[in-house]
Amino acid sequence: MEESSSGNTRRSEEMKKVRQKTVKKRSKEEEEEEQDEIFNFNKKPAEEEEDEDLSDSEDSVYSGLEDSGSDSDDDKEEEEGDEEGSNDDKEEEDGLKFEPKQTKQVEREEEEEGGEREEEKKENEYERDSSDEEDIRNTVGNIPMEWYKDFPHIGYDLDGKKIYKPIRNKDELDDFLDKMENPDYWRTVHDKQTGSDIVLSDEQVELVNRLQRGQFGDINFNEHQPQVEFFSSDLMIHPVTNRPEHKRSFIPSLVEKEKVSKLVHAIKMGWIKPRRQDDDSRGRYYDLWASEDASILAKHRMHLPAPKTPLPGHHESYNPPPEYLFTDEERALWEQQDPSDRKFPFVPRKFSSLRQVPAFSRFIHERFERCLDLYLCPRQRKMRVNVNPEDLIPKLPKPKDLQPFPTTQSLVYRGHSALVRSISVSPSGQWLASGSDDGSVRFWEVCSSRCMKTVQVGGAVKSVAWNPNPSVCLLAVALDCLVLILSPSLADRQVVSSSERLLAGHQEAEPTEGQGAVTWIEGEGEELNQGIRLKIQHPKAVHQVVWHAKGDYLASVMPDHSSHLQVFIHQVSRRRSQNPFRKNKGLVQCVSFHPVRPYFFVATQRSVRIYNLVKQEMTKKLQANSKWISSIAVHPGGDHVICGSYDCRLSWFDLDLSTKPYKMLRHHKRAVRGVAYHRHYPLFASASDDGSVIVCHGTVYNDLLQNPLIVPVKVLRGHVITHDLGVLDVTFHPSQPWIFSSGADATIRLFT
Amino acid sequence: MGGLQKKKYERGSATNYITRNKARKKLSLSLPDFRRLCILKGIYPHEPKHKKKVNKGSTAARTFYLLKDIRFLLHEPIVGKFRDYKVFVRKLKRAYGKTEWSAVERLKENKPTYKLDHIIKERYPSFIDALRDIDDALCMCFLFSTFARTGKCHVQTIQLCRRLTVEWMNFVIASRGLRKVFISIKGIYYQAEAMGQLITWLVPYQFSHDHPTDVDYRVMATFTEMYTTLLGFVNFRLYHSLNLLYPPKLDSKSETELKEEDEEDYAMNSESYLEKLSALSASLARVVSSAEEEEAELDQFPTEGEDMEKMETREKEEKVLEAQKKLFHGLKFFLNREAPRESLAFVIRCFGGEVSWDKSVCIGSTYDMTDETITHQIVDRPSIDKQHINRYYIQPQWVYDCVNAKILLPVEDYFLGVTLPPHLSPFVEEKDGDYVPPEKLKIMALQRGEKPAQEQEDEEEEEDEEEEEGEDEEEEEDDDNEEEDDDDEEKAEETNLKKMEKQRSQGKSLQVKVTPGKMKVEDKTRLDQEEQAEEKRLAIMMMKKKEKYLYDKIMFGKKRKVREANKLAAKRKAHDDAEKSKKKTRK
Repeated sequence: MEESSSGNTRRSEEMKKVRQKTVKKRSKEEEEEEQDEIFNFNKKPAEEEEDEDLSDSEDSVYSGLEDSGSDSDDDKEEEEGDEEGSNDDKEEEDGLKFEPKQTKQVEREEEEEGGEREEEKKENEYERDSSDEEDIRNTVGNIPMEWYKDFPHIGYDLDGKKIYKPIRNKDELDDFLDKMENPDYWRTVHDKQTGSDIVLSDEQVELVNRLQRGQFGDINFNEHQPQVEFFSSDLMIHPVTNRPEHKRSFIPSLVEKEKVSKLVHAIKMGWIKPRRQDDDSRGRYYDLWASEDASILAKHRMHLPAPKTPLPGHHESYNPPPEYLFTDEERALWEQQDPSDRKFPFVPRKFSSLRQVPAFSRFIHERFERCLDLYLCPRQRKMRVNVNPEDLIPKLPKPKDLQPFPTTQSLVYRGHSALVRSISVSPSGQWLASGSDDGSVRFWEVCSSRCMKTVQVGGAVKSVAWNPNPSVCLLAVALDCLVLILSPSLADRQVVSSSERLLAGHQEAEPTEGQGAVTWIEGEGEELNQGIRLKIQHPKAVHQVVWHAKGDYLASVMPDHSSHLQVFIHQVSRRRSQNPFRKNKGLVQCVSFHPVRPYFFVATQRSVRIYNLVKQEMTKKLQANSKWISSIAVHPGGDHVICGSYDCRLSWFDLDLSTKPYKMLRHHKRAVRGVAYHRHYPLFASASDDGSVIVCHGTVYNDLLQNPLIVPVKVLRGHVITHDLGVLDVTFHPSQPWIFSSGADATIRLFT
Repeated sequence: MGGLQKKKYERGSATNYITRNKARKKLSLSLPDFRRLCILKGIYPHEPKHKKKVNKGSTAARTFYLLKDIRFLLHEPIVGKFRDYKVFVRKLKRAYGKTEWSAVERLKENKPTYKLDHIIKERYPSFIDALRDIDDALCMCFLFSTFARTGKCHVQTIQLCRRLTVEWMNFVIASRGLRKVFISIKGIYYQAEAMGQLITWLVPYQFSHDHPTDVDYRVMATFTEMYTTLLGFVNFRLYHSLNLLYPPKLDSKSETELKEEDEEDYAMNSESYLEKLSALSASLARVVSSAEEEEAELDQFPTEGEDMEKMETREKEEKVLEAQKKLFHGLKFFLNREAPRESLAFVIRCFGGEVSWDKSVCIGSTYDMTDETITHQIVDRPSIDKQHINRYYIQPQWVYDCVNAKILLPVEDYFLGVTLPPHLSPFVEEKDGDYVPPEKLKIMALQRGEKPAQEQEDEEEEEDEEEEEGEDEEEEEDDDNEEEDDDDEEKAEETNLKKMEKQRSQGKSLQVKVTPGKMKVEDKTRLDQEEQAEEKRLAIMMMKKKEKYLYDKIMFGKKRKVREANKLAAKRKAHDDAEKSKKKTRK
């Protein structure tokens, strides 16, 4: 109850404000109506009050609301809660706000119709009531009733006697019981001013409902009366007002003139453009190419049309053959790869039917990328080489036509236990000497592969060289610091004896001058039996021995960075040795004598120097264009040289042509170890660490204008690569088109 | 002798190119405007031959345009329009800021617009040029026509794209120009022939798009602007080449038919016209109503030798083409509602078939499902309840496969619930040495008119496959293993020799045994081959460095191709084996 009372008070306060406002405006007629409102309490018949409503104005409505609303709220809304009640209030107000307009009109009409009647009415109203008679029973006026909270009375009646509060000891429980049992509870309203409960009649309830709905209180009131047009299209006889026209209405407006002139000026100046005629041509198509003229065509420059997008393959199908789908590994690989490296920008997928195919999520992306390509991608005309690879292969004479050359492996010479570093064939072509790391020199019969003789020399043999003079039978062997001259006595007696003579011949000559560096020692005892006739002691380890074509001179190489003492030339018949060079010109790799002229070839790391031994000067320096020369061979004609190098190359020099190689051959996959020319046939060969011997045909023409013809004719394989070493030395048979090769697998092979 | 020192980079290639920023400044355009201009005018950067020279010695990455191109842009009237537009935007902003609504309205009325007609004419001086470049335009328009009208671009653009694509499809139908169709995971590729040009385009599946955020729609919109103009003019010309009305009008007969049926169901006549067009079910009105298309026969010229052969092959091709054009002639299709209507209707109509669908699916259905004359009903669901007897119920792939094979394929493989045969790309043309999937071989056999029994065919296929594989392997061996072969022989000999020697060294009494000699059969051809191969190898050794590099590259590419083909074949074989074993276990 307290809550409700506070709600009530609040509302009543609001009402008061409204009323205060209205009071100011209030005219007498309205006041009089308010008195009529008291019908609630006077229980006047509703009809009477409705009559008044006919002529009501805004304030009357307000006042009507005030009373009836506050009363009805007490019972109905309070139960539901305060908020709703307030809402309802608002609604009521809203509903009421729109009323005044209508009422005003009605007022006007009434005014028009005649002032007389109105006046009469007014007079009547004054007669009947006064504003003081608001509440007849309680005279306290419009005050908050809680001021009387602590008193036994709630006010005073007309006679000034106290009105006592009705004995009211209803608590919550009573209230509740009342609510449950009393069928009229919902229409019972508590009157604060008298403190009594009033049960509303049916008419009153109906009125409250109507007002809440925002309708007129009077049921019979017609809201939609036909309106009488005040200003109508009909020409009236009389003017609406008799007031004469103002002067303004005859004079053109200055403000308007100003505005118009401004606009005119703006149009004149072109600031404002007239509304453009909306030409429809924008979306209209016509025959653009009706007259094709080549003039524009010619004008426009080097245009590269954009390449079309590649057409899709089987991979892109929604139902591809199973082989086009990714396996797990492929898929993992695809996911790992960078998007730019992928072969396809999508993963092939298979769907069992068309309805299961989803949208492609990167569709817009792809189109956008295509757009970017079209306007951002630099274009360049690229010439695609469209060659038949067969056309690239040079046309060479057929190897068949260039026979003879060694084609098949025919013999294998076994016996050495370590890699065979060097081999040499006797000038007669009957014997083959080989030097190996196992410290032995073996002599083989070429035709039968029999080992005729083994000489233990006590050290890894670096090089062997058979004396090219057919009338003697001597072999030079290089090991450590020694060069041995062996007489294997593997020839007819005559030859053996002549070689003995050659070796013995020196004794007649004057004893060796104290060269210091080299000492000649005679073979003795056991060595003699083995055939070692001479030992030439060198200061350093000897790597290579080479005979001069005549067979009297012998060159030995002791590679050394730091000294000029790298090459010795020995004369066997006179047992003389000499160092031809005074200066160190680089690490000497190998040397060779010119077959006919007194030239001496010295191969250093990167170049080959040719010295004239007679004139004692350098005649030429050949640039090998390779990193490290390994071997050298001179053509029997003497005008051509081949160099093998550790960087897999073979360079052919034409001495008449240039100091640069005439041809570089990169046939081998690994370091070239040895090269050789055939003495008669136009053949040369190279041996490499990749275990192969490549035989090439190299015709040299007498005509100086014609370049040598070089044709590889055969790749010979057979040696097994051991410890990364393949074929170590290669040499041709002096008369037959046969070739011997020695390898790291301790074998010597003959290819015929 | 003195003389002025020649300054660097003031002549030659350095003066022919201009960087992008400089070009922009020269045109005094903002970057977006420059971009738009480049797109519209088709200006693209060029890659200079000597980049460093052009870049004045610097190696920084820059894009270069041809100076000529930029000069060419200078005189473009559209640049002025861009500036006008900029001014317009500025004025409008100002008017808004000052809340001068009348000014806003006035400005909006005078919004500057531009036309691209002259640019199209300039970029494509002849009609054929335009046709050649229409691929991208079609792709883009088809994509844009599927966009929802949700503000990624103007609604008008979407509508225009839709209109143009529908016009295009109607043209293809009218000209019977479609050649190939391919259902990929991205969308459906179509290839049509118009005026002798092959035109390929890709249509996305009918789903709403998940618009990515990292795509610049302004660029796409600019392209679309250009492409719609281009496509419109191309359509116009193409329609006129076929004596069709443009903008397209439906045939009066079919129009009345459609009207009768659909008038009640659809609201506005104007709106539904495009819908009717896009239904693709009715033929178009012609300017001159030609009763029958007179078929131009090839004139016979007296020719000799090679020309005769050429002529014959051409005639043959012509015949095949004519047959393909009438592929679905006389067939009546009905599309179930789950089958992609537009695509199927387009394809079927392109090849002379009749097609209809449920009335509620789309406007323009011509007959009902209950029609007795329907020959094929296209269904894309595992089973269907009520089946009519006198028609085939097939899956949509049949239509596409038939088009690609240019013959009517047997329908048995495409019945409901059947595992479909793989769908192959018609764009792949296998050269010899490439991998050909067995399904393609099958189709090729059918094309040749062979109709062996199913099983037999299978066997054949397998054999074919094996043979192929064998060949491939042989080839590889030829390349790689020949050397080794030689080695093997030699090795064997060597081992023999070794044995002999061992025996010799170990036991002095040599076990001498005389065995009857065997005739070594020397295969002459093989020997010849070997010899030739060796010759080739030796010749290759003598190649020059440059040529060798090129040769190696070519050979590498070839080998890779072979490897890939082998891989595919192996995969297929493994798959087939797995399938077979599965079958056996089931049995």
